[in-house]
Amino acid sequence: MTGQTLIHLQDVSKRFVKGKDTITIFDHLGLSIPAGDFVAVMGPSGSGKTTLLNLLGGIDQPTEGSITFDGGRVDTLTEGQLARWRAHNVGFIFQFYNLMPTLSAARNVELPLLLTSFGRAERKRRVEAALSLVGLAERADHYPREMSGGQQQRVAIARALISDPKLLLCDEPTGDLDRTTADEILAMLRLLNQEMGKTIVMVTHDPEAAKYARRTLHLDKGRFTERELVA
Amino acid sequence: MSDLYLLWRNLFRRKLRTFLMMLAIFVAFVIYGVLGSIHYAFEHGVDSSADNRLVVVNKITFIQPLPYAYVGKIAAIKGVKNVTFANWFGGYYQDARNQIGTFAVDPESYLRIYRDDLRIDPAQREAFIHDRTSMVVGEAIATKYGWKVGDRIPINSNIFTNKADGSHTWQLTVAGIAYAARKSFNTSFIIFQYENFNESKTFGKDTIGWITLETDSAAVNETVAATIDELFANSTAETNTQSEKAFGKAFLAQLGNIALIITLVVGAAFATILMIVGNTMVMAVRERTKEIAVLKTLGFPSWRIWRQVLGESVLLSLLGGVPGLLVAGLLVTVLSKAASGAIPGLALTLPVAGLGLTFMLLLGVITGFLPAWNALRLNIVTALGRL
Repeated sequence: MTGQTLIHLQDVSKRFVKGKDTITIFDHLGLSIPAGDFVAVMGPSGSGKTTLLNLLGGIDQPTEGSITFDGGRVDTLTEGQLARWRAHNVGFIFQFYNLMPTLSAARNVELPLLLTSFGRAERKRRVEAALSLVGLAERADHYPREMSGGQQQRVAIARALISDPKLLLCDEPTGDLDRTTADEILAMLRLLNQEMGKTIVMVTHDPEAAKYARRTLHLDKGRFTERELVA
Repeated sequence: MSDLYLLWRNLFRRKLRTFLMMLAIFVAFVIYGVLGSIHYAFEHGVDSSADNRLVVVNKITFIQPLPYAYVGKIAAIKGVKNVTFANWFGGYYQDARNQIGTFAVDPESYLRIYRDDLRIDPAQREAFIHDRTSMVVGEAIATKYGWKVGDRIPINSNIFTNKADGSHTWQLTVAGIAYAARKSFNTSFIIFQYENFNESKTFGKDTIGWITLETDSAAVNETVAATIDELFANSTAETNTQSEKAFGKAFLAQLGNIALIITLVVGAAFATILMIVGNTMVMAVRERTKEIAVLKTLGFPSWRIWRQVLGESVLLSLLGGVPGLLVAGLLVTVLSKAASGAIPGLALTLPVAGLGLTFMLLLGVITGFLPAWNALRLNIVTALGRL
C-alpha cells in the first residue's frame, strides 16, 4: 500500500530560546514517511510530538536540516509560499476540532476552497461530497454549537479533505471524544488511508488509537523508536 | 461563501457589542453631519458673495452710523460702478421674539447691486420704487407669515420711534416678494424705503448704517478701498472699507468662532469613538486569536487575514456612519425649515457628506489597524499553544 517517500526529514534540529536557556527538541533527527503510510506518533509529554507535527505541516521551520515533501524542499520556503503549500498539500485535524463557530458545517468545510479558483457550483459540489463522505450531509446547515464532539470532528475531517491533500496531520484527533466515537473517527481515518491513499501522521497518547495506524513511532528525547506494524 | 461573508459573520458574532459600537459611530456622524452642514452653510454663504462688492462701515464699529452724504462722494470715486446703502432697523413682527432682518434702503440702487442674488417681478420692483410706504419681503419671511403682495403689515422696531405717532411701528405694504437667485442667499429679510424711514425716525436723521458698492472689477478693489478710507480720514466718521466676504466673516465672528466650536465638538465626538471602537476592536480580534491561527494553518495568507480584520472595522464604521449621515441630512432639512431660511443653503451638501465618508474610512482604518497588524504578525505555533 505504501510507495515512494512523501516526506523526508534529514538531520533536522529544532531549538528554542527561552530566556537565557536554549532548549533542544530535536538534534539531527531523520525520518522518512512513504506515501500512503499511516503513522502514529506516541511519546511522553514534552517529547516533541507536536513540534514534529508543526515541522511536517510547515507551520514551523527547523533550526537546522532539511525537510523534503514529494521531492521538493519545504524548509526553504517563505511564509507566503508555505501558506500556499499547506493549502494544497496538507489537511489538519485538531484535538478540539477548531471549527469557526460563526459558520455552518458546510461553510466550515468550504473554507479551504476559498484559497482555490473553484467556482461557486464546484465548491458546493465538493462540500456536499465531503460531508457525505463523513456521514454528515444532512447536518450541512448546522453550526458547531449544535453538534456533538464526534460530529464536529467529522466536519473537521471533511474540511481537511476538501482540497484533496496528500498528507493529513492529526493532533490527538480523539483526545476529546469518548471511546465509541473515537473508534468511529479512527476507523474513518483508516478508511481514508486504505481507500483513498491518504498519508496520515497522527500524534496520540492513546495506545488504542495507535492500533489503527500501520506503524507506531515512539518519540523520546528527540529520537524515534519504531515499534510495530499493524495493517 | 466569500471573504465578505466571513467578514460579515465575524462582525456580527456578538450582536449587542457590534450594535453598541455602531450606535456610538452613528451618534458621532449625526453630530458631524448637522454641525458640519451649519458650518458649511455659513462659510459658503459668505464665500459666494460677489468678488467686486465692497462694504464701507464706520471705522469704530459697524454699528456706528455713517453720514448719508458719503454715498454721493463714494459714487464719484474712480473705479466705483454702483453704490447703495442700508440701515439696520431692528425689526420684528408682533412679538419682539419674531425678529426679522429689516433694512431701510434706497430701492433702486439696492436692487441694482443685488440683481444677481435676488429675483423680483419687474412690476413689483417698480411698485416698490414708487411707493414710499412699501416694502419687499424675502421669500422665507413671506412664507413664514403667509404675507401676500398688497398686505399691509405693521413692522415694529426695537431701536427707532415713529415721529408720526410716537410708536415703534411702521405700517408697510408688501409691494413684492424677493426670491433667492442662488441657493445660499438668505431670503429671511425685509427691505423698505429709506426716504420714508429717514423722515419718520426721531433721531439719527441723514445717517446710514453702511454703504455697499460695486467696483469695475475685483482687481481695483484694493485701490478703491484705500481711496475711500483716505477720503474720510480725519473726519468725524472715519471709514473701514473691506470686501463683502470679509465683512460677512467679521459679522459671523460676532457670534463666536463657529468653526472652532464645531471642530472641537466634532473632534471630541470622534476622539471618543476612536477610543471606544479601537479598544473594542482590539479585544474582539484578540478573542479570535485561535481562529485566526487556524485560518493561517489552513493556508490563508497573512495579508488576506489583515485585509479581513481591517475590512471588518471599515465596514463597522460605514454601517454606523452612513445611517448617521442620512439622519443628519433629515435633521438638517427639518432645521432649515424651522429656521425659515435664516441659514441659507443649510443642507447636507456633497462636500460635507464626502468629507464624512472620508472620516468613516479613516476611522475604520485607524481603529482596525492595530488588531489587523496583530493578526498579520500572529504566530501560528504560539497562538495554537502548540509549543
